[in-house]
Amino acid sequence: MSIHQTSFVLSVEDLTVSFDGFKAVDGLTFYVEPNECRVMIGPNGAGKTTVLDLICGRTRATGGSVRFKDQELLTMREDQIVLAGVGRKFQTPSVYEDLSVFENLELSFPRGHGVFGSLFFRRDAEVKDRIQEIAETIFLADLLDEKAAFLSHGQKQWLEIGMLLIQDPELLMLDEPVAGMSVAERKKTAELLNRIIDHRSVIVIEHDMGFVEDIATRVTVLHQGKTLSEGKMDKVKNDPKVIEVYLGH
Amino acid sequence: MQIDRKTRFLTREEAIYFGLLAAVIFLILPLALDSFRLNLFGKYLTYAFVAIGLVLCWGAGGILSLGQGVFFGLGGYAMAMFLKLEASTPEATAIQSTPGIPDFMDWNQITALPWWWEPFNSLAFSLIAVVIVPVAFAFIIGVAMFRRRVGGVYFAIITQAIAAILTILIIGQQGFTGGVNGITDLRTLKGWDIRTDEAKEILYFVNAVLLFACLFAAQYVRRSKLGRLLIAMRDQEDRVRFSGYDVASFKIFVFCLGAAFAGIGGAMFTLQVGFMSPTLVGIVPSIEMVIFAAVGGRLSILGAVYGTLLVNWAKTTLSESFPELWLLGLGALFIAVVMFFPNGLAGLWSEQVMPRLRKLFAGRGAGARPPAAPVPANSASAPDSPAAKAAAE
Repeated sequence: MSIHQTSFVLSVEDLTVSFDGFKAVDGLTFYVEPNECRVMIGPNGAGKTTVLDLICGRTRATGGSVRFKDQELLTMREDQIVLAGVGRKFQTPSVYEDLSVFENLELSFPRGHGVFGSLFFRRDAEVKDRIQEIAETIFLADLLDEKAAFLSHGQKQWLEIGMLLIQDPELLMLDEPVAGMSVAERKKTAELLNRIIDHRSVIVIEHDMGFVEDIATRVTVLHQGKTLSEGKMDKVKNDPKVIEVYLGH
Repeated sequence: MQIDRKTRFLTREEAIYFGLLAAVIFLILPLALDSFRLNLFGKYLTYAFVAIGLVLCWGAGGILSLGQGVFFGLGGYAMAMFLKLEASTPEATAIQSTPGIPDFMDWNQITALPWWWEPFNSLAFSLIAVVIVPVAFAFIIGVAMFRRRVGGVYFAIITQAIAAILTILIIGQQGFTGGVNGITDLRTLKGWDIRTDEAKEILYFVNAVLLFACLFAAQYVRRSKLGRLLIAMRDQEDRVRFSGYDVASFKIFVFCLGAAFAGIGGAMFTLQVGFMSPTLVGIVPSIEMVIFAAVGGRLSILGAVYGTLLVNWAKTTLSESFPELWLLGLGALFIAVVMFFPNGLAGLWSEQVMPRLRKLFAGRGAGARPPAAPVPANSASAPDSPAAKAAAE
């Protein structure tokens, strides 16, 4: 047991949340290993986004436990969870529209997160070089001084991914990173994600099955807040239960 | 290179605007106005402290407080309590049944100075209280509201209720606070008569210097990463939270800073006008202060100062001639600003006037040296940056 606790990056056990009696997530248990890319699929309303919300503290769980490197996340505040090393990308691109791309990235730089730390934060060479490096990774190096409001939908998604990268989280959670993208953007994003999921554990929610097959180490299929099936993509794809509730239509 | 620009304390353009405002406040107004009018403008400028705080809280951070009069009042009362005690010497109050205590206490059958008035015998304590009391109160409100994630309209309503409560409390406890009349008949500051024309002129300049100190402090905050975080929070509070920031503590900080500015303004009001009363604490003055900031431009600290001067000047002038129409006019002005110029006078200036002036200059001075580089030049030079960086490496 204790061996397990230390070898997993994330241990979700018996996680439950109920909204007015409706159990959106119901006794969910799964483990994420180092460098694993876990993809969550499932029909609408299966509780995928809620699981991410529970892990990052946006929604409070009614029961169970979420341990990240032996820290219990369920009792921590959102910002503490982030500083512990869990990054979260939202479904709709959320970037700071009134700030430039540079400033968007700068705010995610992991330094000066307290009130006075940010008041006396210096934009030194280390910060600038790191931002330049990230901007090149996310294809936005030429747009550093552009206001984020003027970016295209796809570019905003990349920017948000960039903001997560600069945090350098050990566990990265992405909620439908390629939704609403053009074919060309989608391809570029897949390439980008493949590069960034290399050295960290990732949980991705995605509907695009081609994309899932491309990146997933393992897949969890959620249905009505419970695990329907779990394992390698091949196994899950041929699971009759999965075919019936999800892949079938 | 263009990236460095924005962390500079003042851009060239901003330095010019700061200089212009300094010229107006330190030279033009004192030279153009007689002593009475100058004192009046000095009074207006004390509201500008509040307006600057509102630009930070509301304009930058999206936290609309309709209770800034509370902090203005607390600062003003702290100052007034000291001045009142100094004016209530046993000799000056010999006709009272209890000499040596403020007159309004005597009228209310109070026979000894309440314990919490005692420390205000000290000028040093009073000056510290001018800032600390409003900040402490703002901190308590801030922790109670922002930790529970109360925001937006709810926060505005609660702050308004607090303004109403404090007014009622002050009026109700008239033995301790002077009631509805407030604390009046203030005379000297450490023996220096503050009622003479000369003293009022000096206080005007003290006020102006303090105002610029607050403007510089506000500018520093806006230029810091904290300033950008406030803007980010206004747009995407969740994203800021999930970038590892404790959003509540930033809101508490900026709310306390606004309260500190307001407290200083209140103290300067007391000194220049010679009294402090609950009429400056309640809902109406608190909302008026929001209107000053809105008219001047809620995104511009300098705009807030101009807005305060302009609205107050209009109030004095118009309410002399049409006293019953003024409040309606003020309401109409607020609605007009919100609907047609959401960024106020400052927005009108930077969006309408400046582009036209630039065009005019660019047209005339095409052959000559280019005039002050317009802002868009900023983004035009963007592609240079990676190249320049590469060259440097």
